[in-house]
Order: sequence, then structure tokens, then C-alpha cells
Amino acid sequence: MAYDKFEVLTSRVVPLSSENVDTDQIIPARFLKATEREGFGDNLFRDWRYDNKGNPKADFVLNDPTYSGKILLAGKNFGSGSSREHAVWAIYDYGFRCVVSSFFADIFKNNCLNIGVLPVTVSPKFADELFSAVEANPEVEVEVAINKQTITLLSTGNAESFDINSHKKDNMINGFDDIDYLLNLKEEIVVFEANK
Amino acid sequence: MEKKSLFDKIWDAHVIQTIPDGPDVFFIDKHFIHEVTSPVAFLNLEKRGNKVMFPERTVATPDHNVPTIDQDKTIKDQLSRMQVERLRENCKRHGIELHDLGTDHHGIVHVIGPELGITQPGMTIVCGDSHTSTHGAFGTIAFGIGTSEVEMVFATQCIMQAKAKKMRITIDGELGNGVTSKDIILYIIAQISASGGTGYFIEYAGSAIRALSMEARMTICNMSIEMGARGGLIAPDETTFEYLKGKQYSPKGQDWNKTVAHWKTLKTDEGTVFDLEYHYNAEDIEPMITYGTNPGMGVKVKGSIPTTDGMNDSENKSYIKSLDYMGFKPGESLQGKKIDYVFVGSCTNGRIEDLRSVAQFVKGKHKADNITAWIVPGSKEVEKMAIKEGIVQILEDAGFKLRQPGCSACLAMNDDKIPSGKYAVSTSNRNFEGRQGPGSRTLLASPLTVAAVAITGVITDPRDLIEELVQEK
Repeated sequence: MAYDKFEVLTSRVVPLSSENVDTDQIIPARFLKATEREGFGDNLFRDWRYDNKGNPKADFVLNDPTYSGKILLAGKNFGSGSSREHAVWAIYDYGFRCVVSSFFADIFKNNCLNIGVLPVTVSPKFADELFSAVEANPEVEVEVAINKQTITLLSTGNAESFDINSHKKDNMINGFDDIDYLLNLKEEIVVFEANK
Repeated sequence: MEKKSLFDKIWDAHVIQTIPDGPDVFFIDKHFIHEVTSPVAFLNLEKRGNKVMFPERTVATPDHNVPTIDQDKTIKDQLSRMQVERLRENCKRHGIELHDLGTDHHGIVHVIGPELGITQPGMTIVCGDSHTSTHGAFGTIAFGIGTSEVEMVFATQCIMQAKAKKMRITIDGELGNGVTSKDIILYIIAQISASGGTGYFIEYAGSAIRALSMEARMTICNMSIEMGARGGLIAPDETTFEYLKGKQYSPKGQDWNKTVAHWKTLKTDEGTVFDLEYHYNAEDIEPMITYGTNPGMGVKVKGSIPTTDGMNDSENKSYIKSLDYMGFKPGESLQGKKIDYVFVGSCTNGRIEDLRSVAQFVKGKHKADNITAWIVPGSKEVEKMAIKEGIVQILEDAGFKLRQPGCSACLAMNDDKIPSGKYAVSTSNRNFEGRQGPGSRTLLASPLTVAAVAITGVITDPRDLIEELVQEK
């Protein structure tokens, strides 16, 4: 599945400080009934974003016009629970290309890397610094550079480096996915399977 | 010689290629699929002009969104119907074995895999569902994957993942009366938190684990993901072999002996060093229940909700938000709180032993008036056994409503929803906000605790009723 590739992303930030945000909150199960990967952004954080009549809840950050951007700044243990890739589809479809947190759930992180959303793990201290900066001034920008593996708060110049393995880094920069890679190994796979 | 854990042994035997500073190309023996996380994978597979490489290595069943009544009729909900029909078409087109609604082995994917003997020691198993960890009970590396990875398995029978770190959790001693494997896992998650297993693959060991039945072991491995772990496994032993003997897909005759001889080698070498180890005593574990909105928020049924002492601002904010959602306050005790629904079912506790233990508990009693009690067998096979053993009759006499197999109210994708604001004590695996329906409030517990709540109508330690029973006699 093709996705927007990028090397450097400079954007404002949408802060969501809640901890342990599970994928049921990101996209509730009742919205998983599609047979195509379209339109999931409309239901991103559905039950936090809208009341049961479908009216936007004013106190939820996605409904607050003060905040916008392609970077979602999230609390600790983001994306826990269900393996539903629909959660990342919703994040991507809404327009985010990067999620920053001090701690990600495993499957969610893998899913992000597979569909072109960059998960950036920062130290708890740097996460706090980012939350404070955005709270003080919602217009601050953050730069995420994949090739240099750095995230920089542009208002102060403070930066941190982040981990990403070379294979996934190459994928993200070039817009590749693992299927291309695996298909090139078809012969080895057939031999391996035959010996099982 | 290098000491290896069981996890190492199985993982290393399935690596086709290792990318330096990158993931392994990892071969998958068995792939389970269901109607919700497979359609987009099939769609993209076909868009790229690829075929399913080894269709015989994939098994399908519709479970997540199926209705649990009138399964012989056309599914009313149009979107659910489309997903189930799409699964049928895709399986037919790609030559994949399907256990369809109403057939003998329909059911929750993690219930039918073991039941049919498809799940076997030493295998690697994936499914687009995080509770795939269930199959680890047989000494397999089993874990949940995303839809992109489902497509990878279709196209190449491989995924690309880095090997997880190794954790071992040892539980020695004997469980007390009224304490079950569900209490063990809720206890562990409460100890190490909903994120404490992230980055690890867990091996469960110790005499308390060895003493458990296969079904009880599945309950433990099932909830490994609830502490963030990639998965959890238990080394196979006589209990495992006994369970698998004679199952439809198990090896037969000469092959059986040969295979069991191999299965017996599947264990962690003595002296293996784990990245992290925990030890607990079975005697310290009591019936558990959750009070918050992640499975790590659990206490003894007889305990009280922790206070906010020692929490930082951000933890405090998330904690209070969670308790507000549940309608609870820090420091409150849970016993005696009124409950509206009980749910027995799911891939965690929807097996025949779970139904048996509930039936034994409620036999000759009736549910409280304020309780709506749903019982949803994990598979057609479980349903069949429950009818044959007279369990269904006992449960119906006690006022439980028996439904047909499926994931049901565990994630409320179908019509089985707990109404907003209502409290449900459930045998399932997740107490997330809205998990059992928008606004629903879920407390996770063992089938025995759920049975006790059904009878009294309030949060109750099942041991209190067991004692009453003994006294009455």
C-alpha cells in the first residue's frame, strides 16, 4: 500500500496527554466493519470527539481550533490493546504523519511503520517539554528528520535523537513496504517451506 | 553450548533471513483469519496481482461481528453481512479452509484452533487479532499482527519483525479454593501494569502453571497482550499431549509418537538467562476484579480501589479520568456494588470448562433480579458439549440467556452491547472505555466471580458463597 514518504516533517503539534490510550479509543470496534481502507479519519477518537448524538465535544483537542498539525503528541503507552491496523489508518487518514510519545505499544508501533506513520519515541522529560511548549504556545513547530533520526522543538532548538532500524528507515524515506522486500525472497521461502 | 529458552528455539528455527540492525524474515506455520482484519489484506493482495502462497497454511472463521442469535438466518446488519460474505468469497477464491457460521467447528478463532488440533507445539502462529497469544499455551510463538502483515503472510507466508526480549514469570505453589487461572493473570497484570510486558515475549513457568489444564493455560496466555507483551507461552507437557491426542488435525499412529518425541524437546534449557524475571506465590493470589479502564487496574475482590498517593500529575489525571468513567472513587471498596450485566464468554473464558464451572456454581440457584446474564459459548463444539452435559439446562434454569458462538459482547461489534452507564462483570479480556458498547462500564473477573455476581446482584467474592454452600450442607 503506497503512502506519502518524507525525510523531514516540520509541523505544529496536536497534544493528547492521556496515558494508556488504547486502540478501542482511537477507533471503536463498531467502525471496523468496512471492507476497504477508506474514510477512517472521520471516526478517529470517535467517542471522545463526538457525543452520542454526533455533536462535537468542545473540550476534546481535535475539536479545538487552537491546535492543528501533522504531528500527534501522545501520552505514555499509546496504542495499547487490539491489533487493529484500522487505528493507524484512522490516524493517517485524519492527516497525521507522525506520532510522538514516551512509550508505544508494540503492535501499534509495527502497524505505524507498515503504513507510513512515523512513531517517534522520546524520553519522558522531552515529552513533558513538548507538552509544556505546546500548551504555552499552540503555534510552536516541531521538526522530525528521519535520516538524521532527530526531533527538534524549533522554538528552543532543543533536540533528541530517536531509534528506528535501518530497514524501516529506508522504507519510510522511500515509501516502500515489507511486501516488496519479501516478494524478492520468494525462492528462499519456497525452499524453507519444503524442508519443514 | 549456548543456553536457549523455548522462545529462542522456536524463533530461531523460523528465521529465513536476518537483516543487520533490522528485523528478521520470520516464517509463519499457521495463519488464522477472520472477517474484520482480512478484507483489506485480500483487496491489496489482489491489487498487486499476488496470490496466496500457501493457502493450506491459513484457516478462516467469522467471529468478531457475527450475531449470536438466529445464525441460520441472513445477517441483518448490512455491514456485518458484507464482511462475512467477503470472507466467504475470498476463502473460496484463494482455496482457504473456512469454518463458516452454523458449521460444526464454527467459533471464535482462538477457540477452534486448539479444539481442532490445528495449534501444535513448536509452531509459529499469527492472526490479525491481538489475542492470538492464546495459542502460546501449547508452546507456540503466537501473536497478533496488523492487516499489512496479514497481506504479507498471504503473499509470502512471512512477516518481518525483530525478535522480542525474553521474560519469564514463575508461579509456584497451589491455588486456593475458588481461585482460577483468570485470577492468576489479572494478578500478574495488576503487578506489572498494562504496559509492563511491552517489548517482551513471556514464558509462564512454575508448579502452579504446570498444574493447570490446557483451557486454564489458554486463559493466561490469552491475556499476555494486556500487559503489552508480544505474546506468552508455556512449555508443552503431558497435559498438552493428552489434550491434543485424537484431535482432528493432530498427528495419528506412528506419526503421533514421533511428533510427541519432538514436542518433548521443546523446553527452556536449564540455566538460560532471561532479560527479566518475576516470581509469585500462588498462595498470595485471591479472586481478582478490575475497577478501571485498563486491565492493569485490578485488585482483590475483597480489596479497595487504590488512592492517588504517590502519583505524578499526569498519572493522577489519567487515573481520575478512568475512575470518573467507571463512576468510582479512589479508596472505595468494591464488594457490594450493584451490577447490571454479567457476560460469560470470549476467547479468554468461553470454553467448556468455563461453562462447567459457572454451571456448577449456579446449579439450583437463580440470578438476582437486577442482573441480565449472557452466556456465549466460544464455539459450536463448546455449545454442543454444554447441551449434552446438561449445562445449558442448568444455566437456563438459573436465568442465564444462552446465545450462539462468537466474540459477542467482548467487543460489542454485533448487537450484544452493554447499555451506556451500566456495569458489567465480564469474563472477557478488556475493560477499555466503551469496549462492551458506548458508555458501558466493564469489570473483568473469573467465571466463578461472574457466577457469584450473577447470583447476588452485587460484587461478590465467590469464596463467600462457596463457604455458605459448605455451611448449608
